[in-house]
Amino acid sequence: MSNSTVTLKIDGVEITVPEGTMILKAATDNGIRIPTLCALEGLSNSGGCRLCLVEIAGSPKLFAACITPVSSGMVVTTNSERLKEYRKMTVQLLLSERTHVCSVCVANDHCELQSLANELGVDHVMFERKWTDYKIDSTHDFLVIDRNRCILCTRCIRVCDEIEGAHTLDLKMRGKDTQVIMDLDNNWGVSCSCTSCRKCAKVCPVGAIYVEEEPLARTKHKEIAEFLLARRRR
Amino acid sequence: MLREDKRRELLDNFMRKHEYDESALLEILHKTQEIYGYLDNESLMYVAQSLNLPPSHVYGVATFYSFFKLKAAGEHVVTGCLGTACYVKGVEEIMQAVEREFNVKRGESTADGKLSLFVTRCIGACAMAPSVVIDGEVMGKATPELVINKLKLLLGGNKTETR
Amino acid sequence: MEGTRLKLGDLQKIAEHEVDFERAFKHRINVCCSSGCVPFGAFDVLKAFQEAVKEFGVEKECKVARTGCVGTCAVGPAVVIEPGDYLYQNVTPDKVRQIVRDHIVLGLPVKDMLYQNEAFFKKQHRLVLRNAGKIDPTRIQDYIAAGGYAAIVKCLATMTPQGVIYEVLGSGLRGRGGAGFPTGQKWSLVARSHSSPKYIVANLDEGDPGVFANRTLAEADPHAILEGMLIAAYAVGAEKGYIYIRAEYPLAIETLQKAIAQARAMSLLGENVLETSFKFDVELRFGAGAFVAGEETAILASVEGRRAMPRPRPPYPANSGLWGKPTLIQNVETLANIPLIVLNGGAWFSKIGTGKCTGTKCFSLTGKVNNPGIIEVPMGITLHEVVFDVGGGVADNRKFKAVLVGGPSGGCLPETLLELPIDYDSLTRVGAIMGSGGIVVIDDKSCMVDTAKFFTDFCIDESCGKCTPCRAGLAKIKEIFEGITRGEGNLEDLATLEKASIYIRDASLCGLGQTAPNPVITTLRYFKDEYVRHIVDKVCPADRCFKNVKEVNKQ
Repeated sequence: MSNSTVTLKIDGVEITVPEGTMILKAATDNGIRIPTLCALEGLSNSGGCRLCLVEIAGSPKLFAACITPVSSGMVVTTNSERLKEYRKMTVQLLLSERTHVCSVCVANDHCELQSLANELGVDHVMFERKWTDYKIDSTHDFLVIDRNRCILCTRCIRVCDEIEGAHTLDLKMRGKDTQVIMDLDNNWGVSCSCTSCRKCAKVCPVGAIYVEEEPLARTKHKEIAEFLLARRRR
Repeated sequence: MLREDKRRELLDNFMRKHEYDESALLEILHKTQEIYGYLDNESLMYVAQSLNLPPSHVYGVATFYSFFKLKAAGEHVVTGCLGTACYVKGVEEIMQAVEREFNVKRGESTADGKLSLFVTRCIGACAMAPSVVIDGEVMGKATPELVINKLKLLLGGNKTETR
Repeated sequence: MEGTRLKLGDLQKIAEHEVDFERAFKHRINVCCSSGCVPFGAFDVLKAFQEAVKEFGVEKECKVARTGCVGTCAVGPAVVIEPGDYLYQNVTPDKVRQIVRDHIVLGLPVKDMLYQNEAFFKKQHRLVLRNAGKIDPTRIQDYIAAGGYAAIVKCLATMTPQGVIYEVLGSGLRGRGGAGFPTGQKWSLVARSHSSPKYIVANLDEGDPGVFANRTLAEADPHAILEGMLIAAYAVGAEKGYIYIRAEYPLAIETLQKAIAQARAMSLLGENVLETSFKFDVELRFGAGAFVAGEETAILASVEGRRAMPRPRPPYPANSGLWGKPTLIQNVETLANIPLIVLNGGAWFSKIGTGKCTGTKCFSLTGKVNNPGIIEVPMGITLHEVVFDVGGGVADNRKFKAVLVGGPSGGCLPETLLELPIDYDSLTRVGAIMGSGGIVVIDDKSCMVDTAKFFTDFCIDESCGKCTPCRAGLAKIKEIFEGITRGEGNLEDLATLEKASIYIRDASLCGLGQTAPNPVITTLRYFKDEYVRHIVDKVCPADRCFKNVKEVNKQ
């Protein structure tokens, strides 16, 4: 990365960051919070969850902050009424897309989706909720995947591929039928490539992947990707 | 039907021609499906190993594209075109008639494996809408009667098992 | 001739030789053998003509040729006899003897078999489809005789790459894939990119249901696509090109494969194109049934052998495309315009169509219209002219209700907007898009609520699933539609539909999601009364909805 820096304005605050920095990181590093569920420091960016959408002066379009690099003189708004409205909508869609019942979820109180809903003031869901009934895979010695709680953020897939290097996980199908799979859509217990490293459970923002009989507070450790990557460079 | 070793050889030759290049995965899956009729886990694993790709990646690609079939098709295949022109001209009625008559759901085969009913998004014969493809042959300006009669003829008049 | 390596000056000789050869024939019988006609026996008709001309002893004066599509796909197989462009419709092998006897031997065209429809062709302007139905797509000599490959010769002999880009900029040509980005600007971006190698991807992944114009082009004039790619490659400095084509188009694939082999054999493709230092080669890549793969960044993923999931831009493919290298992605229709622009100049091209939107556009005209088929019209023509003049009006004497412009993510436009000129900006303004050029005429037997639901279904099936608005949002829209067409809707649903649609349009990652709500937004805007009748009166004006409900009630 080059040494030159770029100065821009985010929510009226003037910020100077290295060239090539994404808006999300520029904001976060300067104490401005932009919500996200799929972006995670240390992993490649997906741009899929659409929670980090921001406005950039001069364009009618919205930009995902996690994958839009800063440029000189850029004026970014992260919190307009429209953006707040859209973020609520996104959270509502995620909550109604599959089966999310906080009170019976392993991730209750440690769930990024739940805390985001609280933070954004999502007090109802305007859509009919869909109760999915996907089979829970608990064939692995201690890792469990409950796809009913999955929000398809693909953090698990990216950490498995990019940090662990196993690429056990990927997506199958497309659209609303998309699912996280192991190998050839096999049961986790018979996976030929899984190293049982648990990183997928550590970075899962919700209660979709977890370690059996381990308190979630202990499992969750989403900083692991950044931590490992930083040391790998040395 | 070719012997298994012969089929494997065809696939090997094709992959060699593409220098086991992972960017040719779609072409290789097309070839595999052409040789075996569909993509079963065994051949997907073989392709993954040959190209040094993670199995989940190959499975993800094979299931992303609707042209790839992971299950064997029935002896006869009827595919309804659900393109706009065909929809506007009433292909849905044909699909429902076939479903009722032969007790088969779209995307599946009859219990005896004689007939599969698939849906495709536009075969490009829009000016002849509604179109239905029966065993590879396009039937333009189709009607429920025409399709059902043709299928009955193909199935030898034996009604498939009903519920 | 085939297989000899050509030099720059040799093409002219081939063309002259071909023209002399053609001149020896008094008549030319062109049998359309494209995907629209083949299922109805076009190859049998071709064979019957070959036999009949022998039988009547006129094989020395008649050239029987297989050609591509003339556009009248509803009356196939179609046969054109030159001179005079007599178009015979619904030709079957048993009619062939009579046609040869009366028309060729006696000189009396068989009137009652002719396509009596001047209007279909009158307002068309065929640039892209200039050779469609006129040349044999399987013979490179036919293309050369029609002036083909003269443009790449001109480029290599007399023009600099910058000079070519200058002409394309001057032509005002905009991408025909849907978004309408200025082609010359795109070329400049790729040309300026310093990294190498550079790639060209020709997009022939025509996934829109009801659209088959690109297929028609590939089947009728494959070399026009190749020549366009060659010129683009020369201009931007690319060495390798891919044509990404739907696997569902076997005839187009076969035609292109033949064309590539012929071009290679004549050194029009390969290491030293026409014995110059310019090198460029083309490979086919097959799609596998994914509409989203037509999206610019998704097509890259697919060519690389991955799931066709779009990724955000920037980086733009012009800087970082295939394998991170600069890549020019163009629709095949855009590319087929290029040779004409090079030969006649950008200024000539810019006079066709309207000032902001130059040239022509190919459309697949389908649905409830009298003359369905492939048409090519100048930009700026009105929808009314397309539907009622070229299309001959609504079929079966039904009443016009709407016209869908732009494929499944286009807009449903009402009668009041029929005077709208067809160009990128006018269409966008009323909520439709150019898309890849689908025009579907909808009559009063169709229900607009049902139609919007159908297109939403399509987009749900084709959504890649990466971003929340498109994946989860469209599914919710569908649920609301299901409620309304079951008779369980309420007026609040309309507000929710509108809110969700606009959110999906604004918040989605790629063009598919951003345009998917168009049918919902436009039907809500122009046909709201139909929604209200469904909800309040539980009545479907076209009697298409509530069917399942009625059946349940009966039981």
